[in-house]
Order: sequence, then structure tokens, then C-alpha cells
Amino acid sequence: MEVAQLVLNGVMAGTVLAVPAIGLTAIFAVLRFTNFALASHMTIGAFAGFVANTTFGLPIVPSLATAFLVSGFFGWMSDEFVLRRLRASGFVTTAIGSIALTIALENFVRFGFGNQMRGYDLPLRRDWVIQGLRVSPQQVENLAIAVVVVALLFAFLALTRTGKAMRAVADNPMLASIKGINSDTVARLVSFIAMGLAGLGGMLTGLDTTIDPLVGFRTILSVFAAAVVGGLGSIPGAVVGALVVGIGEELSLLFLTPAYRTAVGFLAILLVLTLRPRGILGQRAY
Amino acid sequence: MEHYLVAMGVTAGIYAIMALGMNVIWGMAGLINLGLVGFFAVGAYASGLLTLKLGWPIVAGVAAGAVAASLVGVAVALITVRLRGDYLAIVTLGFAETMRIVMSNELWIANGTDGLSGIPGPFRQALGPHGFNLLFLGIVVAATALLFFLFQRLDNSPFGRVLRGIREDEQVVQVAGKNVVMFKVKAFAVGTAALGMAGALYGHFTSYIAPDLFAPLLTLYIKLSLLAGGLGNNIGAVVGAVLVVFFLESTRFIVPFIPEISAVQGAALREILIAVALLLILRTRARGLIPERLAQVRIPPSVPASLSLKP
Repeated sequence: MEVAQLVLNGVMAGTVLAVPAIGLTAIFAVLRFTNFALASHMTIGAFAGFVANTTFGLPIVPSLATAFLVSGFFGWMSDEFVLRRLRASGFVTTAIGSIALTIALENFVRFGFGNQMRGYDLPLRRDWVIQGLRVSPQQVENLAIAVVVVALLFAFLALTRTGKAMRAVADNPMLASIKGINSDTVARLVSFIAMGLAGLGGMLTGLDTTIDPLVGFRTILSVFAAAVVGGLGSIPGAVVGALVVGIGEELSLLFLTPAYRTAVGFLAILLVLTLRPRGILGQRAY
Repeated sequence: MEHYLVAMGVTAGIYAIMALGMNVIWGMAGLINLGLVGFFAVGAYASGLLTLKLGWPIVAGVAAGAVAASLVGVAVALITVRLRGDYLAIVTLGFAETMRIVMSNELWIANGTDGLSGIPGPFRQALGPHGFNLLFLGIVVAATALLFFLFQRLDNSPFGRVLRGIREDEQVVQVAGKNVVMFKVKAFAVGTAALGMAGALYGHFTSYIAPDLFAPLLTLYIKLSLLAGGLGNNIGAVVGAVLVVFFLESTRFIVPFIPEISAVQGAALREILIAVALLLILRTRARGLIPERLAQVRIPPSVPASLSLKP
């Protein structure tokens, strides 16, 4: 029974984790670098949603939309003014730049909001108990929102012209540019959507617990683990990887203390890189 | 004031040792290491535990700290060495975070978040606080000088040239018949040994280490040191480290003068300054105060007449 409960929790945590993991893997697929600034964009999204929710009194869904738009905007701007110029100097420089960027942005949030923990304005609700399994309505809502967002994203990539252009650039930038796809536009769009997803993921993570400026940095190892386990650069992989990492982190509670949750993500990274570097659904190990 | 300057000098020396180590990994071989604090912590804990619990002499403890960090560095490098550098970035960052989590939670290793206190320092009781600081400054300066000398030799050796070759174009080095994988692992082994040594020295200087001290920000400070001083050369690494410590300490004095700002906001502002400085150097592609000098191959303007083929 305990195992069933943990797996259920893992599926819910994993679905939420899939949202920022897709953002990370999309940036890697199209722009070909690991963007550590994802951490601060999760924080920015969480706080943008917090302001929308508590200061302006918006319900959760519009607040989540605010989180997506604000962190997406920051992602677009930070790519336009910072990371785009660094990409020409290679991925080592870009990755280090993205770490510096994440620390700068995280501290902007800290400057404005301080270090204390904050919670969203949520109605208090009793947990549901179904056949001995306990779930909170909030978790179910988060799960539903994450599923809808991921489904919308898949539809966007599969059906729209812009989505196809993005996949084309990810697949082969040279061929895409021969076909007249403007890679700069695609880069802007990917930065906006991916960092928007990071912000949305940051707020979804915060809805379950509390938020503070470190909310992104605490989660980033799990996000990276999800992307690497699924196969860096593969969007379906990020979803599968997030579920694996989410369930794995919960199941680890059977024999580890909760503090080691993020260490489980790291262990998953090591395991995958040793046994199958391209991940579950990745096509190549780069 | 003098007391303060001496302590600042020790910090600068420890930063310089880290910058020298990082220079081998990043500056020479062009590899990424985002987990600097993790290796620093391994060195500090290994030396602290061995001298405190097993009564090892301090010199042996510092050496063991360097070896322990180096072994971890080799393991991390081996896992990712055949993959693109991004994986190394993720694994090193993950290692540093995991190290911090383990040290915070495993009380039996080193008291968890309470940290390890009472780490012995050489002649700490006999010399009193000021004398001890002066002695330690001497030790750190000597260690920096020794490491500088060794790494300078390394830089000019065939080994250093291969590392720079890997940085510029891995494939060319491979074609030249060098075992690129082995060289990368060795670069990591050497660099992380210096990081571990710096950690060990830090522990013996302050006598206290705790997981909180090993925040990822330190990684950023050392990266900034290298970029400011000039990535890829040892003099630049040392000069940059001294500059960064000076910069960090001076912001400590300036920030309190900004009106209507809380302590948290002041700390945030300092970190923003550091990160923005780093981004600016990266963005302008400035080569630092002392740019790396590369050997120029001179190509004669035209083929001398004596060598030209006679009809």
C-alpha cells in the first residue's frame, strides 16, 4: 500500500517536473547548450505568479499564465541581450555565462522579496482518500494543468508551421536555413516558450509547498536528471525522464530520508551516463 | 587593520591556489567544471577529519585532502569524458550539490550542518591569533609559489601543449595520435588536486568548516578570477584571484553606505555585481589583464630562392 501511495505521489511530482524539463531539453535541442539560467527563471515564474495571486488576487490559473508570460519574457530578453552573444564563443562559455546569469537574476528576486518563505493564497481543502490512497486536490489540479500544458505543446510542435520550423532547426540547422527558416526567430521563440515553461514549472512546484528565491536552484538537479534520463534534446524523453525521476525520488523514501531526494536525481544521472548515455528516448549522446 | 589585511592575504592565497587549479582544467584544457566547491569541500573535510579524528600531522592531512579531491575528480571525469562537455557541466554541478546534501545530513561523518570545529592549525596556541595568521600567510604564499612554479613547468611542457591543443581542436590532437581521453582525465586529476589542497588549507586556517560554506557562489568567484586575470596563464590566475578578493572585500565596505538597504539586499547586490562583472567579461571577450601568450609559428614570407626548384 505504501508503495502504491509513493508511486502515485511520484507520478504527480513527475508530471509537474516534466514542464521545466521540456523547457531545458528544448533549449538544448535547438540552441545546443545547457541553460543553467533555468533555475532563476523557475524562481521568477514562481514569484510572478505569487504577485499575481496575492497582490492582485487572481485565481490560480490566470496566475500560472502570468508566471509563464513573465518568465518567458525574461527568457527571451536574457537570450537576446546575454546568451545569444555568448553562444558564438562555444558552449563552455555559454554554460558558464548562464550560471552567472542565474545568480544575477536570483539575486534580483532576493533583492525585491527577501529570503523568507512565502505561500500562495489557496483555499484550504481536505485531502481526498480513494481506496486508501491519499491525494490533495491541489496535486490533482497541478497534474491536470501540467498534462494540459504538455499536450498543448506537443500539438503546437506537431501541427503548426512554427512548431515544425522549430523541430526542423533542432534536427538540422543547416537544412532548415536552406529552406528559408529564420533561425534567429526560432531561437527567440524557443527561449520564450522554454523559459515560460520553466516559470510555470516553478510556480507549480511552489503551489505544493512554499517559495523563496532558491526554489529554482533546489529543483534544478531533478530537472536536469529528468532531461538526461529521458535523453537530452528529446521532448518526449523529457516527459518519460521526469516520470522516472519523480517516481524514483518518491520510492527512495522507502530507504532514505527526504533530504536525499535531490541526490537521487544525481544518482540517476550517473547511472544513465554510465549505462546508456543517450538516455531512454534520446537519439544520440552528442 | 593589519590583522584584517593579513586574513585577506590568506584568503587571496587560497583563491589563487584554486584559480591555478581551475586554470589547468578550464584555461589549458578547455573543460568545464561547475562543481569547484565540491572538490574544495572534499579537500577540507578529508584533511579536517584525518587530523582531528585520527591525529594525522597537518602536512599529511593537506596532502590527503589533495589526493582525495583528485580521486573524485578522476571519477567524475571518467564518467563523462567521452560525451559532450555539457554532461561534464551537469555532473560536476550535481556532484557539488550532492556533496553538500550528504555532508549536511550524515551526522556521523562530520556533525552535519553543525560542521567540524577545532580543526588544528600549525602552532595556533603557541603563536596567538596574530602570529598564527602571519605564519599561515607565509605558508599560503609559499604553497601558491610552489604550485605556480609547478604549473608553469606543466604549461610549458609537452603535456601543457597537448592540453591547449585539446582546447583548440580535439580532433586534430586525436589525429596526431594523442590519447585525448587520458589527457582530459589527467587535467582533471591535476586541477582538482589543487582545489582539494586549497580546501584543506582553508580548514586549517579557519579551524571550522560546515556545509553552508561551500555555496556555488565560490565557483563563480574563481571563474571571475581567471577571466579578470587572463584565462589560460598562471600569472593571470594569481593576479585575478588577488583582484577578486580585493573587489569582494571593498564591496563589503561600500554596500553599507547605500541608504535604505537591508543586509539581505546588500548581500544580493554584491552577488549581482559579481555575476554582472563575469558576464561583461565573457560578453566583451576581454582577454583579461594578462592575456595568454601563445607561441607564434613564424611562416617565412616567401620561399627562399635557394630552395626553389630549378628548371
